[in-house]
Amino acid sequence: MTVQEMAERLSLKTVCLCEPEREIEGGYTGDLLSWVMGNAQSGDVWITIMSNNNVVAVAVLVDVACVILSEDVTLDPGVQELAEKKGINIFSTAESSFSIGAKVAALL
Amino acid sequence: MSALHFHFEIDGMDFSSAGDASVAVKKKLRQLGFPSDVIRRCSIAMYEGEINMVIHADGGTADVMVYPDKVVMVLEDHGPGIPDVELAMKEGYSTSTEQIRNMGFGAGMGLPNMKRYTDSLEIETQVGVGTKLTMVVSV
Repeated sequence: MTVQEMAERLSLKTVCLCEPEREIEGGYTGDLLSWVMGNAQSGDVWITIMSNNNVVAVAVLVDVACVILSEDVTLDPGVQELAEKKGINIFSTAESSFSIGAKVAALL
Repeated sequence: MSALHFHFEIDGMDFSSAGDASVAVKKKLRQLGFPSDVIRRCSIAMYEGEINMVIHADGGTADVMVYPDKVVMVLEDHGPGIPDVELAMKEGYSTSTEQIRNMGFGAGMGLPNMKRYTDSLEIETQVGVGTKLTMVVSV
């Protein structure tokens, strides 16, 4: 399933969609960046409440398929522009990390 | 054997550009055609090192030497040094402040991740003088 299809199925809000056809292969939920880097896999959907520009750096390094900001988190100023520059897909949702994680898992 | 050499200056306490060097290394390794797992291991290990220098050492330098069969990353700073390396290598041990933790760092996974993702991690450190990390990822 592509990130765009997933976003439509889960009614996610689009923050930036640079690579809509990217396939989702798995998922990871976490806010401690080193844990994410230690455990998330390339192609994962990464669910987090972090909103600073380090999210973009970690997303690039881990090569996640997309980031979902849960709990209605909004990005810090300038982070969206950075994500667009680096080609990272980011969505947001009002749902909790637990709830959206369960829904993503059900799609995989 | 000749190597490609990349040099980076890392600014201290500048979280807005932290990660730039790692992302640049990732891009270069990709251009050079390295396998994706090698690229991932190098760039994550380097990012952890970069972040450590930003948090703890007021910045430093990173030198990346790329050989056909390995990538060598040398990160050097003139920070406070690591008093107890064994303790610092423990997963979950961190001396970061609350402010750093709120940014998503300070999980105590930096050095453990560097060890995990590299084939060798050498730490030379002296309290009050600085720290030099040499990491090697074999291709």
